[in-house]
Amino acid sequence: MIKSLLIIFTFLTLGDLVSFLLKIPIPGNVIGMMLLTTALSRGWVRLEDVKPAADVLVQNMAFLFVPPGVGLMLYFDLIAKEWIPIVCAYFLSTVAVLVVVGWVTQKMERS
Amino acid sequence: MAFLSSKVFAVFITFLAFYGAQRIYLRFRRFWLNPVLLSIVSLIVFLKATGLPYQTYFEGGRIISFFLGPSVVALGVPLYLQLEEIRKRGRAIGVSMAVASVVGVLSAAGTAALLGASDAVIFSMAPKSVTTPIAMGISEKIGGIPSLTAAIVIATGVLGAVIGPGVLRLCRIRSRVAFGLAMGAASHGIGTARAVEEGEVEGASGGLAICLNGIATAVVTPVLVKLLLMLVRP
Repeated sequence: MIKSLLIIFTFLTLGDLVSFLLKIPIPGNVIGMMLLTTALSRGWVRLEDVKPAADVLVQNMAFLFVPPGVGLMLYFDLIAKEWIPIVCAYFLSTVAVLVVVGWVTQKMERS
Repeated sequence: MAFLSSKVFAVFITFLAFYGAQRIYLRFRRFWLNPVLLSIVSLIVFLKATGLPYQTYFEGGRIISFFLGPSVVALGVPLYLQLEEIRKRGRAIGVSMAVASVVGVLSAAGTAALLGASDAVIFSMAPKSVTTPIAMGISEKIGGIPSLTAAIVIATGVLGAVIGPGVLRLCRIRSRVAFGLAMGAASHGIGTARAVEEGEVEGASGGLAICLNGIATAVVTPVLVKLLLMLVRP
């Protein structure tokens, strides 16, 4: 478990470092994820070394976003004031992504 | 009331709320009873009732959410396990995820901007389709409110899981890969959990879409939002 956590935090640190040094607006955790995938496929990191902690984190990810989600209570006033754009963007965008992705993937698979 | 203000108590009530919400969800299996949504609502009700400020709660809460960063890195493992599948259908998956990120950001931020939302709301809504930790990272980078983003993202996940299968059926989407990718791209982990119920291919495609759409959205959002604001507010 310790080894597996060390690997994950190594890649998180690397990701943060790359994001900071290159001044790119991509979160360090996303860069860390891509670096970890690369390292696994190149054989620099063994799957069984990183899997114990990675599985625990991925399977329980939902729990981790409860505290920031509770922060919604700070924005009740803001949401009440701008509820029309928020609600419209929320519905429109969700349906748009569903339809476009489903349609594009299906078309391209057939061609 | 100093007892209620401790970090230990904040962590305790978060575990308690989530455990209870999971039990309710497993008992009734309704998608709108999503455990994340239920525990957020019950914690808000609790904080409002006791008068405990969010800032005090979050002193402890941040200990839990700190692990979102490493958990995004950990998504690299399922992504690696699906590399073979990605290579086989490379073009279809690549194109649809690139389109997903652009459509997701433009439709969310664009609609909000056209209907007169403030900049903070536009920035907070832009990354709403991707998984929470990535979305919060993007929101923070572009000047949004990360916790508002988190709440919108979670609500988006619930909406996609509830209406997604119906919308896709209505659009005559029969490909199982297309179904999974659409659910994962539009409503991340919560949508993917729904896709898993349809089958293994749908579930794996959903997981793949979380990773790829997350990466693509992180890359395109800063540029697209800047362009959009230039168009809307010359």
